[in-house]
Amino acid sequence: MPDGSPPGGPDPSPDGARIETAVRAVLGSMSGDLTVVEAALLAELEGLGRTVARAKQEIASLRVDDITLSHIPSATDELDAIVGHTAQATNEILDACETLEAVAGRISGAESDALATAVTRIYEACSFQDITGQRISKVVTALKAIEARIDQVVSRFGAATTGLPPPCSEAPAPAPAETGETEGRRLANGPQLPGGGVSQADIDKLLADFD
Amino acid sequence: MDKNTSVLIVDDYKTMLRIIRNLLKQLEFENVEEATDGSEALAKMRAGNFGLVISDWNMAPMTGLDLLKEVRADARLKHTPFIMITAESKTENVVAAKAAGVSNYIVKPFNAETLKGKIEKVMANA
Repeated sequence: MPDGSPPGGPDPSPDGARIETAVRAVLGSMSGDLTVVEAALLAELEGLGRTVARAKQEIASLRVDDITLSHIPSATDELDAIVGHTAQATNEILDACETLEAVAGRISGAESDALATAVTRIYEACSFQDITGQRISKVVTALKAIEARIDQVVSRFGAATTGLPPPCSEAPAPAPAETGETEGRRLANGPQLPGGGVSQADIDKLLADFD
Repeated sequence: MDKNTSVLIVDDYKTMLRIIRNLLKQLEFENVEEATDGSEALAKMRAGNFGLVISDWNMAPMTGLDLLKEVRADARLKHTPFIMITAESKTENVVAAKAAGVSNYIVKPFNAETLKGKIEKVMANA
């Protein structure tokens, strides 16, 4: 009969030992009656049991609390700081622009026009702060979703090891009407990645089609 | 384009409000007020008399689209020109805004010429 032990020797964990003992007991009681195929199948089951036990042990050693209590809150704090710093920098740039506009108003001709054009271009460029802020908000939302999923996995795993039934499967997401979510909120997806949205020219064509 | 028109700009980013206000100033619009979400904007519109609204979409608690719907459902406000300036650039967003009665739609980041052109267009049709 094949041994079926994975490379690296038997699993030393209590779960692994229990499973191995149980499988060996079954194999021992059946050894006289087993065919080669059945014996191979049981050996596979034994290996599978060890793999499951090892996976449980590895999940337990991941220190998931570090992720939910430290890493994710720290990452969201850093992202909030980025939004704060870029807003501060943008406001300082806008302060400088308003000073330049005042200067442009006191001079005339081509120099004034050149200054006004340059200031307009800076205003246009400063709208980056809004776009980056919205993109960062999307990342924060994604991090919070990951945190919730990790909590869910840990909760299910913990219940399984203590013999309690795992939590019921997730309820289906309620319909927008039930949550009071408006169409405006449902469609608020934030900035798209390049190629993900339509251009101003395409929007103009789309609007013209309605007219 | 009547430069005495009162304009309400709505955006939850203070810097964006400041940028749009300064661009409007370059276009010689001096009567400009601000709101940071749809519900504040709606209260200001009901209390005041604005000839143009320039609004972002993604704000809380009331989004720009929900503000637009409220405006179009209000007997006194329903004809107010309404330009959406937003990073929401999916076709479904543009279609939803048009269905709700938006006058024009500008996707961020935008340039001053686009803003000027859209304002001229909606004011001409007002």
